[in-house]
Amino acid sequence: MHLTEEEKKVALEQTGNILESYSRERGNLIPILQQVQEKLGYVPLVAMEEVARHLGMPPVDVYSVATFYNQFRLIPPGKHQIKVCMGTACHMKGGNIILDCWKRRLSIDVNQVTPDREFSLERVACVGCCTMAPVTVIDEEVHGRVTPTRVDGLLFSFGVKIPKGQQKEGEAIGRE
Amino acid sequence: MKTVTLTIDGRAVQAREGEKLLRVALENGIYIPNLCAIPGVKHPAAACRLCFVEIEGYPRPVTACTEPVVEGMVVSTRSPRVDRLVSTAFELLLSNHRLDCATCPRNRSCELQRIARERRFPLRVKRLRKLERNLPLDDSSPVLRYDPNRCVLCGRCVWVCREKGTGVLGFAGRGFERKVTTFGDVPLGQSGCNGCGECTRVCPVGALTGKEV
Repeated sequence: MHLTEEEKKVALEQTGNILESYSRERGNLIPILQQVQEKLGYVPLVAMEEVARHLGMPPVDVYSVATFYNQFRLIPPGKHQIKVCMGTACHMKGGNIILDCWKRRLSIDVNQVTPDREFSLERVACVGCCTMAPVTVIDEEVHGRVTPTRVDGLLFSFGVKIPKGQQKEGEAIGRE
Repeated sequence: MKTVTLTIDGRAVQAREGEKLLRVALENGIYIPNLCAIPGVKHPAAACRLCFVEIEGYPRPVTACTEPVVEGMVVSTRSPRVDRLVSTAFELLLSNHRLDCATCPRNRSCELQRIARERRFPLRVKRLRKLERNLPLDDSSPVLRYDPNRCVLCGRCVWVCREKGTGVLGFAGRGFERKVTTFGDVPLGQSGCNGCGECTRVCPVGALTGKEV
């Protein structure tokens, strides 16, 4: 994931502002990372390096904590955030098939964002709509009883066209 | 420092008070399987769960690497309960360890092979399903080769890299995803690693190995 120079500058600036109000104790690591995520929506590597310098610890330790907890995302969110429910009910109703379907159509893996930053894909635990399983949440909007065809339909509603002939094979799609 | 006498497997052994049981046993030629224990570390991680021993008067087996010796302690390194715990921990380790000893650079000098030999464990997974991670081999460093599929997550390399190297190694991820890696998951060659090779000397398996030049 490549960040633009502008994004890096913003990230560094914001991280610097946040660090000003924290002492150099290691116990501040998680609160700082949470603040960074709140401000930027994600925790970029440049910010982690900055935090590591402030707390006097190896950058890899900050990376270790950031990758351990689910709450931290390391890449900027897409314009549309797709969350596939993997709770018990959704799992039983084939949630993993729907997740695979999204992965294939967007040609990205979980916790990644498409190169054009349009969509990011996440797996979440129960979203509380078990009667509608399997559920996909796109930008706060809940879609129930999702099928592979419905995935294509939802993408279509965002202006993504699936070329004919690829619908069956389930190949990755090209977007403009 | 006070000296205490304890009994390990029926043998009277002298040791400094407060020293860890695992160290005492190893120094006296009594082998207890271990991977994550690092000599001189104050708070052992006790993560590999291989050094279980039975101590008289204790309700259940304890990890030898965390247990300080005390006067008159009676320890036995083998018992049905211990063997069961250790063999399960060992099999769990093997279940996501790439078992191709024939092509492994550490064949015959591997700690896992030693444990298997000492305790007569089979070097294969019988009860569990094999879960291979199939991570890419990191061949980017001019002097090191890192195969995460063989890593047993003992943390020795992470520790030694902090002590003697450049401190580029660390843990990342959680659960099955956990692995030893560098900041931002970059290949070792670009991580600022100076190639001192200390990690290859402490790695108990064939995960971090030096390149033949």
